[in-house]
Amino acid sequence: MMESFLHLSSQDTHAIWLSIKVACAATLIASPFGFAAAYLLVFSKLPAKPLIEGVINLPLVLPPVVVGYLLLLFFGQSGTLGPFLSRFDIRIIFTLSGAILASAVVGFPLMVRAIRIGMEGIDRNCLQAARTLGAGWWDTLFTITLPLSGRAVLAGMTLMFARSLGEFGATIILAGNIPGVTQTIPLAIYEYTNTPGGDRMALNLCLVSIVLSFAVLLLSEAVGRSLKKR
Amino acid sequence: MDLEVDVEKQHGDFHFAAAFSLTQRRCGIFGPSGSGKSTLMHILAGLLKPDRGTIRLAGQTLFDSAAGINNPPEKRRIGVVFQHSHLFPHISVQRNLLYGWQRTAPAERRISPEALIEVLGLRPLLKRGVNRLSGGERQRVALGRTVLACPHLILMDEPLTGLDEELKHQIIPYLKRVFQEFDIPLLFISHSLREMRLMTEEVLVFRQGALEGRMLTEELARNSMAAGGEGYANLLELGRPRAVGDLWAYAWGNTELILTDPGDSDENLFKLDARDIVLFKNHPQATSARNLLTCKVVSLFGVNNRVGVELLCGDRHLIAQIVPESVREMEIVEGSELIAVIKASSFRKLG
Repeated sequence: MMESFLHLSSQDTHAIWLSIKVACAATLIASPFGFAAAYLLVFSKLPAKPLIEGVINLPLVLPPVVVGYLLLLFFGQSGTLGPFLSRFDIRIIFTLSGAILASAVVGFPLMVRAIRIGMEGIDRNCLQAARTLGAGWWDTLFTITLPLSGRAVLAGMTLMFARSLGEFGATIILAGNIPGVTQTIPLAIYEYTNTPGGDRMALNLCLVSIVLSFAVLLLSEAVGRSLKKR
Repeated sequence: MDLEVDVEKQHGDFHFAAAFSLTQRRCGIFGPSGSGKSTLMHILAGLLKPDRGTIRLAGQTLFDSAAGINNPPEKRRIGVVFQHSHLFPHISVQRNLLYGWQRTAPAERRISPEALIEVLGLRPLLKRGVNRLSGGERQRVALGRTVLACPHLILMDEPLTGLDEELKHQIIPYLKRVFQEFDIPLLFISHSLREMRLMTEEVLVFRQGALEGRMLTEELARNSMAAGGEGYANLLELGRPRAVGDLWAYAWGNTELILTDPGDSDENLFKLDARDIVLFKNHPQATSARNLLTCKVVSLFGVNNRVGVELLCGDRHLIAQIVPESVREMEIVEGSELIAVIKASSFRKLG
């Protein structure tokens, strides 16, 4: 029905599903790392903290194309990690994995930033209280720190998801623009705008993009409210 | 409680060192702010690592820098009640209370949640969210949470400081009841002399990161009279009164005291300033004061122009503060018989 209403081609629906898939996978994979990175930045006393912080935030200030190119160098056949991974038959370049990796890396600083702001609001004495009550480090992490930063984690995941839906620069370099394999909504729109008479199709996908992003925001707000009520 | 401590810690400019062993069940750590009280609390609980030294509790080594032993907080079985209760905001009162209990080995669970909830009067609060508790309620829940972890020692770090006077005295009976009922050794940290006197038998006095002295709490209170300021306050725990005309009669040892304030519970705490007791050599013929107690001088103490006279009235002790001139004129010595005259309105109800 949607296809007849919006006149989406099968390639378009493919791009939509691929976008959702990439955004979900990137968000889920990055979340534990994002939480760990935020925890490190908030609670640890490492002397190298400013350096770590800088590295994490780098994708935020670099052009996504640069990030994509660096990833390409790193994971490519002649790169540092490429030959190692290809021994296990894992390929990153021009695959779905590449698109997910590109999105995860570019969205990571946003996620860490959001989680970190929430974590900084946690009363450290509450964590100490948990320890004196017999909870070990992991126990405290899962029963106190994680629930208390729940809303922040949710906010971080939302930002990450939205950023992944719109990811273009790093993806096109690392994963290419292959219909059905790595062509997400922004890449499909890009292709339409380069095709004579593709404006209408591009506009359709823009509409889908807007609806999708808006739905994510509303959902996140609703979940956040229910977390706050508890 | 059998606690042996010998630790040192350099914390920026602040040097902390303490060596003591405690055997009393209820001890106090007394000193002004910045004296190292909280540092000691953190070191004992395992939240701050000393530079060197040893900590032993009930025969178990919790920290030994030479042997490389440093038990983490969750393995020390030392409970902490913090100044600001620090309840977990994301779970209910009930789950806060049981947090430590659930993490205590079944064999170690000496205290039943039911009994504790009863003693602390927490039943109406159980289902409530933590953010909808008053300051006093929060502190009661925090105490309950710590007690239910069945620790071998409880540290209380200025647990009453954030509360107003009235609330403070509402909570103290709960505190005393819990420690009586469940027999847990207590280390009570405070800068308030009155709280110390109500909660502890012996005190360690800290000043600028060092242990300055240790004494009985009563001794500390008497010393403070010499230091000037507020003077000595007699603290009297009185039961339920009987109405006598428009005044109230309270049983006190084998005699009775007449007060203006009614007491509405079974335990009422009153403060009587040592300066409000007037001493007579002979029974005065007529006086407006309602209390005339025959008593015997047990001891005299004090410095400068203040003398504390410890009196034995029946089987109870009182301290009166007078000037040396009076002591000389009335020829007061140990064993003298005197009449202590106290106005009914001199007794101030606390709480």
